[in-house]
This record gives sequence, structure tokens and C-alpha cells, in this order.
Amino acid sequence: MKKEQGTKAFNKNSLGHLYSWPMGLWFTIFFVVPLAIIILYSFLKKGLYGGVEWVFSFNAYKQMFNPNYGIVLMRTLKISFISTLITILIALPCGYAMARSKIQTFLLFLVIIPFWTNSLIRIFAWMSILGNDGFINSLLMQVGLTKEHLQLLYNQNAVVLVSVYMYLPYAILPIFTAIDRFDFSLLEAARDLGSTKMGSMLRVLLPNIKSGVLTAIIFTFIPIFGAYTVPLLVGGKDSYMIGNIIVDQVNKTRNWPLAAAFSMIITVLSTFGVLWMMFSSKKEAGLKTKKEGGK
Amino acid sequence: MNGCTVSIKNVSKTFGSFQALDEVGFTIEKGEFFSLLGPSGCGKTTLLRIIAGFEFPDEGTVLFDDKNVIPIPPNKRESNTVFQNYALFPHLSIYENIAFPLRLKKMGKTEIDQRVEKYLNMVQLNAHAYKKPNQLSGGQRQRVAIARALINEPKVLLLDEPLSALDAKLRSNLLIELDNLHDKIGITFIYVTHDQAEALSVSDRIAVMNQGKVLQIGTPYEIYESPATEFVAEFIGETNSLDAVVKECTPIHDKDGQIDEYMCSLEVKELGTTIKITDYDKTAIGQEVCVTIRPEKVRITLEPPQSTKKDLNVLTGVVEEPVYSGFQSKFYVRLDSGSLFKIYKQHSNYLEDGPEIEWKDRVYVSFSPSDGYVVEEIDR
Repeated sequence: MKKEQGTKAFNKNSLGHLYSWPMGLWFTIFFVVPLAIIILYSFLKKGLYGGVEWVFSFNAYKQMFNPNYGIVLMRTLKISFISTLITILIALPCGYAMARSKIQTFLLFLVIIPFWTNSLIRIFAWMSILGNDGFINSLLMQVGLTKEHLQLLYNQNAVVLVSVYMYLPYAILPIFTAIDRFDFSLLEAARDLGSTKMGSMLRVLLPNIKSGVLTAIIFTFIPIFGAYTVPLLVGGKDSYMIGNIIVDQVNKTRNWPLAAAFSMIITVLSTFGVLWMMFSSKKEAGLKTKKEGGK
Repeated sequence: MNGCTVSIKNVSKTFGSFQALDEVGFTIEKGEFFSLLGPSGCGKTTLLRIIAGFEFPDEGTVLFDDKNVIPIPPNKRESNTVFQNYALFPHLSIYENIAFPLRLKKMGKTEIDQRVEKYLNMVQLNAHAYKKPNQLSGGQRQRVAIARALINEPKVLLLDEPLSALDAKLRSNLLIELDNLHDKIGITFIYVTHDQAEALSVSDRIAVMNQGKVLQIGTPYEIYESPATEFVAEFIGETNSLDAVVKECTPIHDKDGQIDEYMCSLEVKELGTTIKITDYDKTAIGQEVCVTIRPEKVRITLEPPQSTKKDLNVLTGVVEEPVYSGFQSKFYVRLDSGSLFKIYKQHSNYLEDGPEIEWKDRVYVSFSPSDGYVVEEIDR
């Protein structure tokens, strides 16, 4: 036992660090340093033609307290929330069907195919499907269901639709992995003990694939929350999101500190989201051990 | 609690081109401990799953008492299952696992508490109520699975190889517990196993199955002592099987003059001689049959056997492989005719053992006509 602990400590202290330094260096240069720059910039004064003046100031954060920005923040949250909900609701049955399918590898392949194409091109594909002279409109008009073009593009619905499409594979994969590991005889046990089909899904399947669902939520919500290309290309005035504010502040208004401050909001909110999920699952485990100890 | 009869009527089931069950039909009595015994792939688990409601038969019906249960989904059937790998819910505590069926019924909190307590007591797991399944040993998990299956007070308990994942010693202990439990609650138990020793020791009756068919149904004694087919003889315990042709079959009368059984002379080609075996039924002369002789019923001696029994069959051979296995010794004897014969000898100090038999000893192998059985149905 002692010897085992010894080897463990040895691994932890020397070899583990040795092996992880390239990764550590990579993250430091391309992740920590840029983040530090953004934090720094958010506390500086804006330069006249972009860039920053090296004077400490809370100006950027003061500027954020503007009702217009508040509306954009709430809208961003709403779009992210709806898109994530729809994505998860589609990913759950998809993952289940894949896990129980005999042609699992093939279905997995189908889910991964979109990754082969650049996301920008896929968004343009949607534009040509939803556009005024796009696939859907010309089909509807040819069949004679509508006489005029339906405005499918440049609104919130289009943003939600394309966001769901973009992040569905990221949601399906962790959910599929979790369901694939799930022991399906548990569903039979639940049925045997008096549960309906739907009931056994909710009471037995869902709690046991919780970690996969949480991962899917994180993988979906966070990128949509910070999205910029999708609202830019398929959205309209009603779907201007935080990501668009940041880009406009950098490119048009040239208020870099404000852009940095908005980036901070996205980072902080995402970090809190991840931490909250991690703690909620940890807390649950803690509660149960406590109860056990009490009895 | 009350059990019910389970009638299986002409049940057939195919998976693709595989015939899992072929017109199976029998009735399990109320409160019986009934075993489905057979090698893997014989259809026993499929039959159990049909009774539980997880599979539908292609043909035939299953009745609980007089009620056809085929249209009833598993959650509404009055049967509960103990699964092979326990199938405990890993996200729930032991308490919640057992309370699961009661919560579904929206039972009151105090009533759930009482019921769960009672069943935890029954399987002696009160101390572990708030543990998770993965914190328990295999035997404890098995007991949780049994408590969970019983808490709904079903009329039929279905057990799908419930002990197969446990080690031998634990298995025999749990088997006794299971038997006691059955005596106490008195509902119908249907027990699926491939282990003949398990089936023999706890069952009221056993159905031996192979390739989707029921070969024989009977008490453990009947199945062991008078197997209906060669497969049953070979599957239940060890045996020496010999192909033979009936040469003569004469009735033996008991003291009232009634025909008790028949003495058959059988020509065994591989032995090059004729042996005598008694049989309950008359067998046609010239019929090809199979003779099975249990190894523990055969005597092995260094000297020619001196028995008062008439018609004693005596063969000679050389010990090819003596195997000492604690409570008994197994001898594999190469008979003079060239075939191999198994003999098990119990070690006992009460009866005189005689001189020890060793490797390459020349021995006499003897058995009386009543120690073998004539099996008319040859599976090969």
C-alpha cells in the first residue's frame, strides 16, 4: 500500500509535470496570455483610432450599463437558451437511436460528416435554402402553397435554426457516448417494476446519462452564447447578439476596451455556467454520502 | 402472498432463422419452485422473457391462472424479475432501489418506509439502506434485486440465472436462502439456470430444455434417476452412455404377480458383449437404444466382485487416469474393448475401502441391472 502511494506521488510530482509541459506551454501562450490581454484592455482607455491608451479606467464597464446593451444581453441569453433546449431535445432521441442501432458506426459517420465542411460554407448553404429565391421558397411557390416569398432569413428564427444545426453534432456525440455506456437491462428492470416506457426513460435513463447531457449543454450553450457569424449572416435587427457588439466595437466604433469588457462578460458567464454544473453534480454526490453517514 | 399457476401453451418463437422455442407447453403449479434447465441457447431465457412480457411469442399463449397475459405489458403483469446482472439502478440508493415500484404507485411516505424496512429486514440489508449499489458485494446486490422484485408482492417471481455471477460458496448459501424464502412467501418461483446442481437442489420440478424444446419435466429425482432422453442423461450429472441394441426383454413379476419392470439384454457393440439392464417399459426387440450408467453407481475393485446379486454386469479394464478430488476419486478406466468408462468412488471410512487403486491397475468394473437406464430416444 505504502509502496503504491509512493509511486503515485512520484508520478504526480515529476513525470506528470514533465509530460504536460508542452500542453501547458501551448495553453499559456494561446489561451492564458490572450485572456490576460483582454482583461487588461478592458480596464484601459480607448484610443482615438482604435487600440488603447495606457491609462487605467472603468470607462468600458461604465459604458456597458446602457439599456440597449441590456436588451442585447437578454436577447443573447434567450436565443442561446432556446437553441440549446431544442438541440438537446433533438440530440436525446438521436443519441438513443444511435446507441441501440445495429449500424452505429455508419450513423456516427453521418453525424461527423458536417465537420468536414467549413462552418461558414454550411451557413451559406442554409442561406441558399432559406433565402427569398431559395430552395424552400421556390418549392412552396411551385407547388402553389404561397404566392409571395416567405421571409425565412434575417430573423431570430433563422438564427435559432442554424445554431441548432451547427451545434447538434456537439450535443449528439456526448449524449450518444453516455447512452452507449448505459446498461439497457435497467430499462427492462424499470418496466418490470411497474414503470411505463416513457417513465423508465425519465426515471432511469436520464439520471444515468446526466453527465453526458450536461456536457452537451455546455458544448452547445457556450458557443451559441458567444456566436457572431450565425447572427451576422442569417440574423436581422432582432437577432443582434453580444458577439456582434464585440466585432462592431473592434471594427466600426473602434472602442477596444468596451469590446474587451463584453468579452469578459461572455468569459465570466461561461465560466460560472461550467462551475455551476461541476458543483451541482459534486454537491449531489456530497449530499448522498452525508445522508449515508448519518444513518 | 399468493402465487398463481402459470400455463404455457404451444409457445413458439423465432429470431430470424433461429428457432428459440418450438411449441413449448406445460403448466407450473401455484406456489411451485420450478426450474428451466438447459445449456445456453436452449430457449430457457427466451421463455422467461416471454412470461415477464419482454418478448412476444410468435404463437401460443401464457396464462396466469386462467388469464391470458400476452396482451398485458410487463409493467402491468403480476410477475417480477430478478435479472442476471441484478440490474440495480446505479443512481439510486439501496433504499430507493427497493422503494422504486412503490414510488411509481404513489404510495404514502410512511407506508413506503414500513414496506421497505420489512423487505430490507427479510434480506438482512438494513445496515446498507443508504449505500449505492456499487458499494455492495455481489451477494448483497443479489439480495437487493430479490427484495426489489418481491416488494410489489407479485404472484410469480422470475429468476434469470440469478447466481451465475457469484462464486461457488456464496452461490450455495444464497441458494439455501432462496429456498427458505420460497417456503416462507409461497409464491410461484420460475428459476432459469444452466447449472444442474442448482436446479436439482432447490426445485420442486424441473423442465430440461434443449434447442427450443422441452425434453423432460419431472422432479429432480425423476430427472436424475430416469432421464427421458440421452441428452437429459448427459446434461444432468455425469454418465457413461453406450449405444446398444435390444436382444431380449422379459417381464419381472413382483410378489403379487404384477409386472414390475422388464429385464433387458442389450448388445453393446463397443463393449463387444451383452449387458443386462432393467427398464420400467417394454422395449421392442431389435430397437436401437442408449444405455446410461451413472459413474457413482459403478463399483471398481481389484478383485473380481463377490456379490450375491444375480445378473451383475462385470467388465474389465485398466485404470488410465485416477483423479483425486477430495470427497471422492474419479477413475477413468480403459475397458478391454477399448472404450473409456467413468467411475466415481466416494471416500468413506465407515465402509471398508479395500486396497487403494492406482494408475495402470487392472480392475473389475461392476454394476447391477438396476443401476443403468435404457433411454429409447437418441438425440444424436
